[in-house]
Amino acid sequence: MDQKIRVLVGKPGLDGHDRGAKVVAAAFRDAGFEVIYTGLHQTPEQVVEAAIQEDVDVVALSILSGAHMTLFPAIQDLLVAKGATHMLLTGGGIMTAQDIDTLSKRGIGKLFGPGSPTTDAIAYIKEWCAAHPRA
Amino acid sequence: MTERTTPAAATAPGAPVGPTAGAGKPLSPELERIARAQAEWVARTPARSKVERDDLFETISGDKVKALYTPTVLAGFDYERDLGFPGEYPYTRGIRQSGYRGRLWTMRQFAGFGSAADTNQRFHYLLAHGQDGLSTAFDVPTLMGFDSDDPRSLGEVGVCGVAMDSIVDMDTLFKGIDLTKVTTSMTINGPAAIVWGLFLANAERQGVALEKLGGTLQNDAFKEFIAQKCWCFPPRPAVRLVVDSVEFATQHMPKWNSISISGYHIREAGSTAAQELAFTLKDGFTYVEECIKRGLDVDTFAPRLSFFFNAHLDFFEEIAKYRAARRIWARHMRDVYKARKPESWLMRFHTQTAGCSLTAQQPENNIVRTAIEGLAGVLGGTQSLHTNSMDETLALPSDKAVKIALRTQQILAYEMGLTNTVDPLAGSYYVESLTNRIEQQAEELFKEIDAQGGTIEAIEKGWFQREIHQASYRYQLEVERKERIIVGVNDFVESDEQIDIPILQIDPQVEKDQVAALKKMRESRDNDLTKRRLAALTEAAGDTSKNLMPPIIAAAAAYATEGEIRNAMRVHFGDYHEPAEF
Repeated sequence: MDQKIRVLVGKPGLDGHDRGAKVVAAAFRDAGFEVIYTGLHQTPEQVVEAAIQEDVDVVALSILSGAHMTLFPAIQDLLVAKGATHMLLTGGGIMTAQDIDTLSKRGIGKLFGPGSPTTDAIAYIKEWCAAHPRA
Repeated sequence: MTERTTPAAATAPGAPVGPTAGAGKPLSPELERIARAQAEWVARTPARSKVERDDLFETISGDKVKALYTPTVLAGFDYERDLGFPGEYPYTRGIRQSGYRGRLWTMRQFAGFGSAADTNQRFHYLLAHGQDGLSTAFDVPTLMGFDSDDPRSLGEVGVCGVAMDSIVDMDTLFKGIDLTKVTTSMTINGPAAIVWGLFLANAERQGVALEKLGGTLQNDAFKEFIAQKCWCFPPRPAVRLVVDSVEFATQHMPKWNSISISGYHIREAGSTAAQELAFTLKDGFTYVEECIKRGLDVDTFAPRLSFFFNAHLDFFEEIAKYRAARRIWARHMRDVYKARKPESWLMRFHTQTAGCSLTAQQPENNIVRTAIEGLAGVLGGTQSLHTNSMDETLALPSDKAVKIALRTQQILAYEMGLTNTVDPLAGSYYVESLTNRIEQQAEELFKEIDAQGGTIEAIEKGWFQREIHQASYRYQLEVERKERIIVGVNDFVESDEQIDIPILQIDPQVEKDQVAALKKMRESRDNDLTKRRLAALTEAAGDTSKNLMPPIIAAAAAYATEGEIRNAMRVHFGDYHEPAEF
């Protein structure tokens, strides 16, 4: 792929745990992605606005506060409402297998739990982008 | 207690107060003999490259560790100056003369979830199983100063702590608990003054005299900007509120710990042990300076400052960290800040085992990690301890997991012979050498912070945040390259693993109920009174000569909510946005 993969790393909600998001952002950068990091305490609207403005391929959310069952669907619905259905919505955080399953059934991409190597997320995004080339 | 006269007492004011023993000192004849013998031993044994495994041989913080420590690493070591005796300056061996023979550490498990009634039930459960003190975890909206019905709180209410909106919730939270007998710790920082105000207003309403209340307000605004990222106001007004609460506690609440200066979250955010130690102590020094600027006599407030450290995986490094922490704090308090009372020199601290060391994979293994981390805290002389539950990388802990974590402490306290003697690792060549090294690293980091313009400027420049991020990224890469092994994560993996432990789920109904109760409360209170009290608070916030605790307590007593109290001050204080970088 000639064009760099563009990823928005987002921290929606009030959660302040940014260690994971920043580590993942740095790993994405080192893997050659173009990374936009939203910073902390973003509303779903702010995340989606940034994703559209930056014209990203992937929206990767980090949520460790337990609000994932609210925030993932909220952001997914907003992306759909704004016509940004070509973007992959993925992420990571502290989520039970049951919650991951529910979100997956809703069409949200792979979610990475604690201990996941950043290389797994990088490989997943590369594969997804290769399978979903930009028009 | 009388002041000890030791050679260190001769340190000139403001002079560099570096490590008190170690490198660069000439060897005594005895040490020279040992050094020669050691060199001969090395010569007659196989080269290390031939016999050693391929491993980092570093502490978890990345410091090289020698294959062997002998007395030669402690050249210049002076027992009385560097260690002294327990309960006396420089407190390296602990702050109590009798160690744990006199009093065990306080077993204080952090708890909070769902509604105030849910958490009250957990509190009673923990007290019934032998816990000594309470420690309250608030939900994220509370930590940020938002009410449960704020649009930004959606999905977060009661999820990773207890929801707290007003004096009504505070009343429910402590129902049936005698606050003059059980000490209470409240983990709240950005809006600490507000939540403390709710607590104090509730106590006063129940007729409890404030001077009888014992407990701890975390109230460490700096570490929020540095690591935990749950702030409420920008750094400078945040410091004003911290100093206001210290001043209030000093005047009215002699048994209250006004700040719990916290390294725990700095470490969880990915720092090294030395960074945790140095950033925390520097935060502490800055609070001391700010309180002195306010006109407070250091000896009136310093004895009520307490600390909170992490207990991470590297057993010896952690023990060295606690011992170094006490020595550095004592020396700075005495020599730099001129405290005269020994109570101002001695560092009391709480320890929590490292949440970030727990794994979601094979979660039962976390019981073992936590036990050994807790052991490090005990051997480091902690005053109180929280042991994490095995399931905390999956959700908030279940009753069963919490009970095992508490039992772990009871096993440490009663079964293992740990409490028979004070500071049993003193004199270990390795532990004393690590203690000296980590102290030296801390002193170097203090200078770097000063070069940034001090704590507040370093925060505003994002310096701490960058340093921590670099350390955490380096560690992550080491794990991914398998230079560091984490059992169940990058080795000894069970690919077909099924997690088989009960998980605590927070019912989304909690949020709905909380929002409904808040609405009802707003309708039933005397809104004119609430408004008047909030207006008085706004006025006081605009006047830097006013201590804001009394108007905050007055507003809380008139059923003002946390968010309303925040907004009343926000008019003058504004909001904080951290520059997004990685």
